[in-house]
Amino acid sequence: MKIVVIGNGMVGYKFCEKILAKKLPDLHLTVFGEEPHPAYDRVHLTDWFNSSTDQLLLASSDWYAENGIQLELGDPVKYIDTTLKRVYSAKNKILDYDILIFATGSAAFVPPIPGVDKQGVFVYRTIDDLQKIRAYAKNAKSGAVIGGGLLGLEAAKALLDLGINNTSVIEFASRLLPRQIDDQGSNILKNQLAALGLQILTNKQTSEIIGEPAITGLSFKDGSTLDAEILVISAGIKPRDELARLAGLEVGERGGIVVNEKMQTSDPSIYAIGECALANQMIYGLVAPGYEMADVAIANITGTEKSFTGFDMSTKLKLIGVDVASFGDPFTSPETSTSIVFEDKFSGVYKRLNISNDGKQLLGGILVGDAADYNLLLQTCKNKLALSGNPQDLLFTNLKPGNTASAGISQLPDEAIICSCEGVSKGTICDKVTAGCETLDGIKKATKAGTCCGGCVPMVKDLINTTLSSQGKYIRNVICEHFNYSRQEIYDLIKIQHLYSFDEVLEKHGHGEGCEICKPVVASILASLWNEMILDKGNDTAQDSNDRYLANIQKGGTYSVVPRIPGGEITPEKLIIIGQIAAKYNLYTKLTGGQRIDLFGAHLVDLPYIWEELIAAGFESGHAYGKALRTVKSCVGSTWCRFGLHDSVSYAIRIEERYRGLRAPHKIKSAVSGCIRECAEAQSKDFGIIATEKGWNLYVCGNGGSKPQHAVLLASDLDSETCIKYIDRFLMFYIKTADPLTRTATWLNKLDGGIDYLRNVVVNDSLGIGDQLEAEMQQLVNNYKCEWKEVVTTPALRKRFAHFVNAPSEKDPTVQFQELRSQKKAAEWK
Amino acid sequence: MSTTSQLTATKWFLACDVTDVPTNGGVCVKYNETQIALFFFARRNEWYATQNLCPHRRQMALSRGMTGTVADEPKVACPFHKKTFSLKTGQCLSDESECSIQTYPVKIENDKVYIGIPEQE
Ligand code: SRM
Ligand SMILES: Cc1cc2nc3c(=O)[nH]c(=O)nc-3n(C[C@H](O)[C@H](O)[C@H](O)COP(=O)(O)OP(=O)(O)OC[C@H]3O[C@@H](n4cnc5c(N)ncnc54)[C@H](O)[C@@H]3O)c2cc1C
Ligand code: SF4
Ligand code: FES
Repeated sequence: MKIVVIGNGMVGYKFCEKILAKKLPDLHLTVFGEEPHPAYDRVHLTDWFNSSTDQLLLASSDWYAENGIQLELGDPVKYIDTTLKRVYSAKNKILDYDILIFATGSAAFVPPIPGVDKQGVFVYRTIDDLQKIRAYAKNAKSGAVIGGGLLGLEAAKALLDLGINNTSVIEFASRLLPRQIDDQGSNILKNQLAALGLQILTNKQTSEIIGEPAITGLSFKDGSTLDAEILVISAGIKPRDELARLAGLEVGERGGIVVNEKMQTSDPSIYAIGECALANQMIYGLVAPGYEMADVAIANITGTEKSFTGFDMSTKLKLIGVDVASFGDPFTSPETSTSIVFEDKFSGVYKRLNISNDGKQLLGGILVGDAADYNLLLQTCKNKLALSGNPQDLLFTNLKPGNTASAGISQLPDEAIICSCEGVSKGTICDKVTAGCETLDGIKKATKAGTCCGGCVPMVKDLINTTLSSQGKYIRNVICEHFNYSRQEIYDLIKIQHLYSFDEVLEKHGHGEGCEICKPVVASILASLWNEMILDKGNDTAQDSNDRYLANIQKGGTYSVVPRIPGGEITPEKLIIIGQIAAKYNLYTKLTGGQRIDLFGAHLVDLPYIWEELIAAGFESGHAYGKALRTVKSCVGSTWCRFGLHDSVSYAIRIEERYRGLRAPHKIKSAVSGCIRECAEAQSKDFGIIATEKGWNLYVCGNGGSKPQHAVLLASDLDSETCIKYIDRFLMFYIKTADPLTRTATWLNKLDGGIDYLRNVVVNDSLGIGDQLEAEMQQLVNNYKCEWKEVVTTPALRKRFAHFVNAPSEKDPTVQFQELRSQKKAAEWK
Repeated sequence: MSTTSQLTATKWFLACDVTDVPTNGGVCVKYNETQIALFFFARRNEWYATQNLCPHRRQMALSRGMTGTVADEPKVACPFHKKTFSLKTGQCLSDESECSIQTYPVKIENDKVYIGIPEQE
């Protein structure tokens, strides 16, 4: 069967993937793509600014070749002869087809405003658009986006991120996201966006784009004007049906290729799927329905019956920095329903849930500022679950301890679609779990759930757990297939039985050879318990790559070198030496966010030589590569600052030197501020200390990173010794009880009893283990040695820092650098 | 493409001493312009060799990866994004759409490690 696909976008690609899975014996598949790149993830288009085209690709060009797909890129189809069943491309390729698939997507809709053709006016749809926007934005100081919908806001955020601080969003309607949220939600959202630095103008109709030849501003129907040197138009989409029109296929009045429920166009051997298709008189502007259409088309092509009957259009906005979601019917009327509304202007949260008048059913809703419950609410709504208890509780599921998604998930019917991108139902997932596929990775592989946008992953995890427990399986968070124990159990076993190497632990308590999950967990426990040289006793190969080479691996395979600079204090002499070493080994240097200096781009073979010189100058390892203590930041404190209450630098150095090298389930960071102005940002650290009139306040369990959370006050007005005593206890307790790769904040969030319990253990010694925790910490402190010093002085360890075992002095010849601002950078991924 | 598989002669070259390879870990061997990753599973006393290049982002890194098993199949995880590859077949175990890697036979004689390269005529 000869199949030709027009369009290599998201849906066109998915079609290829799915039809290959059918393993048809005589398939000849050809794909024409207008864009120069193979299909990429348009949903995450904005990520392109921070990554590369390659990282967005759904599959490399090799993939097409390996699967026997003829891929013609940069070559749009120009004409179709439906009688001869033949397509003609721009580059004059002529091809016959049995089945033709339109997956031409849509283009940005540009309203006919005078001046849209001026320089500096762009749309936001392809990588090519983004390339042009980025280049042009360099010289623009003010920007505007026409359209306050999902894409418009995304584009506006992108302009901000490109450095255009003066960016406005112009919306014709009276509110933002007019199709998703109501006025009240929009007002909250507006405030949040204003805090990000966006100016929001609603009820504005643009009458003209001014400037010659390039845009300088906009004028509006109400007579006002706005300065803008760059403009992105995001006023909706227009299906790409021009080729279909030319071929005489039926198209909709307002555009779109008309299809029946089998995705067939008016010519039965031609199908249309994705954003170009007009199904049920609707254009579905999301990927998930597009994927479903691909499925339906393939079923019908291969002789199974399947219909496309519509799709839920609930959405959640990514990226902008404010959670926004809407689902079901967000705008019900009082006749049919009652809305429960929660509004907190202070923290910028708005939630509206529309409940049927009998109180039995969730019809839809809007979430702004906190969309953590989106998945569960969406499922409750889609599956028409009967609400029990007080409907109000739905607003606050996350506030009640122990009340997680798993409570509601068991009620979902088997047909409930959990992963809407890949169309995977609850039943499919549970069946796989019952059949023995009990890990997230296993489920991803077996069903593809969670492999596209990833939004359903927490639900998939919950499903695995609830299914297992319904089978009477005791769910412990066992490490992996090689150890039938949780981290805490293994920790206790290793401690009680005095085990010192991964091999011993595997021999006694595991089976198989271990893997990339259990090895680092066990290696980290060994380090936390004994604080021995981590590369000894065969433990080197059980360490994560960064720990194994005592440096962070980077793009291209070089490493970074981060010497410890306690408290961020450094002498001019030491600064000079770092500079000299960096120059000698040709390293890129940068100040880090942790108040120290990172030297990037070191060849593996150079690492011991670089460290030898650093150590000779009095530096030691900064453990930037380990799940270990990182930095203790300091503010300048009372030695210089007119507000300083105590000497925060000296205390920070003391703390950093006490806990340096300490290994833990995840990395730990700290800071000491000299007064409540908090210049060291101690409240964003795993433990942070702030000077008070009477001593120090100790805060714990904060972090920055992907999910920032402020630290909470554990104890106040402590003297320096007591403060350290509490930190000893706190850290040891965390090390003993946390799951692998769990930062202190996440650990606290899961800890039964929360901060009150923790305070009881640490401050009131409610478990009676205070002395023990302190003694254990003191032993670790006593055992500290600089790992790099041991490596450079131990030939057997040093030998491992070679790229070629049979040519130990040679560097990896494939490593490449590019120049940037008179330093080097890693060459782009291929 | 031919349908009959041709018997190719294997050329064995001396890579290193047995003791040069860390237990349960890998090293990279230089063979002309080619980089080969060599692994030693101490508990099973098994040796494997594959291309050093990880096909995912084309990084010369597999020799620095972590070895292990999944349901008794020996594998290596790339240090960059932890894609895992079977050391027996070269197949990517964590991602069906990822390319396979080339594997090479290994033999040990008198505590020396030899890697077999298919001879090209
Ligand atoms: C170098 C540095 C960026 C910079 O140029 O400033 C950096 C670089 C990396 N960070 Fe970071 N982080 C750096 C400060 C931070 C900070 C700011 C801070 O420490 O004050 C944060 C947020 C604060 C926090 O952690 O609470 C930060 C949050 C992260 C996270 C997210 C952690 C989280 O819990 O969400 C990761 C990922 C992880 O650890 O799993 C990460 C991971 C990484 C890694 C190790 C990613 C990797 O595995 O390759 C980067 C290594 C680069 C390299 O090759 O050395 N980095 N990273 C900073 C080094 C500080 C230092 O002196 O050691
Ligand atoms: C910035 C942005 C963010 C988005 N965010 C989300 C989101 O969060 N969630 C969501 O569900 N959706 C989102 N979308 C929408 C989603 O990207 C689309 O629904 C999806 O890409 C549609 O896939 P498609 O294959 O139908 O069309 P496309 O991905 O547009 O692909 C069509 C391809 O066909 C090509 N083509 C057109 N005519 C021809 C021809 N004659 N010959 C050859 N090739 C041709 C086009 O150049 C294009 O490459 C977003 C879109 C954008 C732009
Ligand atoms: S340095 Fe940190 S924030 Fe920057 S790219 Fe790396 S991990 Fe991300
Ligand atoms: S480069 Fe190997 S997994 Fe990404």
